[in-house]
Amino acid sequence: MRMNIICNGKEMAVVEGTTLEELILELQLNPATVVAECDGRIVLRDEYSQVTLSQGAVLELIRFVGGG
Amino acid sequence: MLTIAGHIFKSRLLVGTGKFASAEVMCRALEASGSEMVTVALRRVDLDDPTDDIMRVLDRSRYVFLPNTSGARDADEAVRLARMARASGGGDWLKLEVTPDPRTLLPDPVETLRATAILAAEGFKVLPYMNADPILALKLQDVGAAAVMPLGAPIGTNQGLLTRFQVEIIIEQARVPVIVDAGLGLPSHAAEAMEIGADAVLVNTAIAGAGDPVRMARAFAQAVEAGRTAFEAGAGRRQSRADASSPASGLGFLR
Repeated sequence: MRMNIICNGKEMAVVEGTTLEELILELQLNPATVVAECDGRIVLRDEYSQVTLSQGAVLELIRFVGGG
Repeated sequence: MLTIAGHIFKSRLLVGTGKFASAEVMCRALEASGSEMVTVALRRVDLDDPTDDIMRVLDRSRYVFLPNTSGARDADEAVRLARMARASGGGDWLKLEVTPDPRTLLPDPVETLRATAILAAEGFKVLPYMNADPILALKLQDVGAAAVMPLGAPIGTNQGLLTRFQVEIIIEQARVPVIVDAGLGLPSHAAEAMEIGADAVLVNTAIAGAGDPVRMARAFAQAVEAGRTAFEAGAGRRQSRADASSPASGLGFLR
């Protein structure tokens, strides 16, 4: 079964039961350099594998970029 | 030596990592600058370009990371960005920026003061970007700022130390380091800030936007060092009347 989440403002279909860590890896991102906010709450890096995404979850994946 | 929040830095030049044409040029410019502290911003990951990751090229063991809250329009947005920066493992350092007006990018003094108080209480080492206002600088120190960062001119303008008079007062009153941030466009501008006693300067656009950013980074490093040495040496008195450098006597053979 697939469900919809909103990731960085875009709707995205993921398999039910997907963890945050699985999604980050599926998106070809490095979990070590990505900060995640799920439904407005910051998720600590060591918890990525324990957070299971739910239908309608609003996720923000953030990282450092060049800036002054 | 420059000490901010108990951390000792040999270099008094902080460098921003924005606007560089390539990661390679950025890395070489940072190296040439001799800087030990670099700023970074936080943005949404571009899901269409997952490998575009500055952390692949920046050596974390070499630089203290100073994440900024650029893009924040009020204290709440800045606090949210700050907490994200800390969650990323970036340490407790923070360059606080609250700029509600995209046209001028001038910092909001009220929201900056409010965010500084919140974040300092949460254990952040807060370095607030501020207008060159001596009273605000005192208030920011009172609520726990680890340093203050008055602007020389608006961000990215390369105009130089337009705020010299106010920055001099800030330096005179400061109990924390004063880092002149924003608007310095030339090494001479950085030297001027250091000559009047600024503890450090932060430069980004002037280096990243130069024809040869690596050489410009080196030029800024030299200027910062020269300016600091001049400050420590103590400037001679400025006066309006001429005062000959050569002896006035011993000219009898001429006339």
